[in-house]
Amino acid sequence: MSELTLTPNIDGPDDFYEDLLAIHDGRTKEESDAINARLILVLANHIGDSAVLKAALSVAVK
Amino acid sequence: MFDDRYRLAFKAYPYERSGDQDQDRPVRHPVVVMGGGPIGVATALDLGRQGIPVVVLDDHEGVGMGSRAICFAKRCLEIADRYGCGEPMLKKGVVWNLGKVFHEDRKVFEFNLLPEEGHKYPAFINMQQPYFEQFMIDELRNLQARGAPIEIRGKNRVEHVDVRDDHVAIDILTPEGPYRIEADWLIGCDGANSPLRGMLGLDFTGRVFRDSFLIADIKMVNGNFPTERWFWFDPPFKSAGASTLLHKQPDDVWRVDFQIGWDVDRKEELKEENIRARLDAMLGPDVEYEMVWSSIYTFQCKRMDRFRAGRVIFAGDAAHQVSPFGARGANSGMQDVDNLGWKLGLVINGLAPDSLLDTYNDERIHGADENIRNSTRSTDFITPKSDISRIFRDAVLHLSERHAFARPMVNSGRLSVPCVYDGSPLNSADALDGPARTRPGSACPDAPLDDGFLLSRLGDDFVLLTIDAEAPDTLEEGGIVVRRVALSAKDDPTGQLAARYLGDAPSAVYLIRPDQHVAARRPGFDDNLIRQALRRAIGQEAQT
Repeated sequence: MSELTLTPNIDGPDDFYEDLLAIHDGRTKEESDAINARLILVLANHIGDSAVLKAALSVAVK
Repeated sequence: MFDDRYRLAFKAYPYERSGDQDQDRPVRHPVVVMGGGPIGVATALDLGRQGIPVVVLDDHEGVGMGSRAICFAKRCLEIADRYGCGEPMLKKGVVWNLGKVFHEDRKVFEFNLLPEEGHKYPAFINMQQPYFEQFMIDELRNLQARGAPIEIRGKNRVEHVDVRDDHVAIDILTPEGPYRIEADWLIGCDGANSPLRGMLGLDFTGRVFRDSFLIADIKMVNGNFPTERWFWFDPPFKSAGASTLLHKQPDDVWRVDFQIGWDVDRKEELKEENIRARLDAMLGPDVEYEMVWSSIYTFQCKRMDRFRAGRVIFAGDAAHQVSPFGARGANSGMQDVDNLGWKLGLVINGLAPDSLLDTYNDERIHGADENIRNSTRSTDFITPKSDISRIFRDAVLHLSERHAFARPMVNSGRLSVPCVYDGSPLNSADALDGPARTRPGSACPDAPLDDGFLLSRLGDDFVLLTIDAEAPDTLEEGGIVVRRVALSAKDDPTGQLAARYLGDAPSAVYLIRPDQHVAARRPGFDDNLIRQALRRAIGQEAQT
């Protein structure tokens, strides 16, 4: 079982951040909320490991 | 005289004067069951098969109208099979495997349940509740004809109970006036609104869901409707409500459940023209059908704090109520009876301590909580309670259209599977490196044998199941006779028996309770340890 990675892990953080904002360009709040929800579900499924997911949930609420 | 509270589908036990009504002193019975619904009748079957006298009291004279519980799960059918009435249910019921899920105006995906091979009974059948009750009452009549000491008294309404330390006094009203009987044990199977619970002032707590469902049973006139389950989230047809479920029952009857919200005018909604307006919007103008039955129901997710109050024990909806999603009402009630019957039998016959009945409470509260948790999760998915929960729910449905990963998250009801009594004081520690699905506390999964099925071989006694292991043919401990069922992995050429009961182990010995749950398992027979496990399984020895 792996641990949640909380050290830098993304190649090109600025590129990712730009891409993340770009998918919301010109969207309504409602559309953006829906996109974010779908994104969370897609990423969560990719991670899969329930211990890692639980750790991520608790990091997010702090 | 008193009036019926509901219409009957058919009369099954018309009022007859009982000899008890002409006695000067109340007659004492070992067991009285309050309520002649499916759970009360099942209780009579279980105890009657053990030769224990049972009187069932019902304030009506037969089975209520309406399809009501329509989905009977594998474990429920296996229990009915043990009682001798599973096969007619299987023959009558509809089996389906294909389901379709719709969101608003489009189909998002379909699924095939791909049933696991090697079971006598399918994952579930659809069948109107009156058939389920009828088959059990038929079996009750068979048992009576063979001399089983069970009776069912129609139009016998319990008016008052007086619970003493060693018995319960029961005041009954009949069309010919009142009388009194006494019971060593009173079993409350009197439904979700349990008058008995009220008489004893016992709490029933949990969540009330502010929602109601309009049910319509319709008979297709020249229907080529497929045998599939269709579930709509946010259906597009006019005023259909938050969800709609369509599935097939026997006799070309289709069941439609519209979730129509809380503030509804019941009388107005139940007018045929208004129900037809909803149905026409859903089915389109070309489908011809007849109305068979309709009703509006609401639900709660609640349970009693304890299912036992001294000499009174509650089972079925009287003890716990869940949402309809996942078919956990009648199915869990049957598991209550399965659990209670043998324990009560042993206590009445002096073979087990009274405290064994407290483990009914422990094990079935564990089951009820699991059912309530599952049905609450389904309810929260079907009717999201906040903006963000709706956003995630819609995101799951959106993704499920194109991506398989999201489909397991779509929750329109998780079908009832048998509860595993993990942590029960009746279990012995697992001593076999075997499959998790048959660990102590599990209901035995069925397996095919050359000459039938495993569960039929287990029956309803304590059993020592040996697979490629030696053991004595019978074993007696404290008056309880354990019968050996000796098998070899070769008895099932398909390999399911080995896969379900051995895993990587070369041999196994299982001690199985009369309700077909595993009490203990080991790689081989050990006289001392099996006797110890048996004493533990009947509440005579604490787990070390």
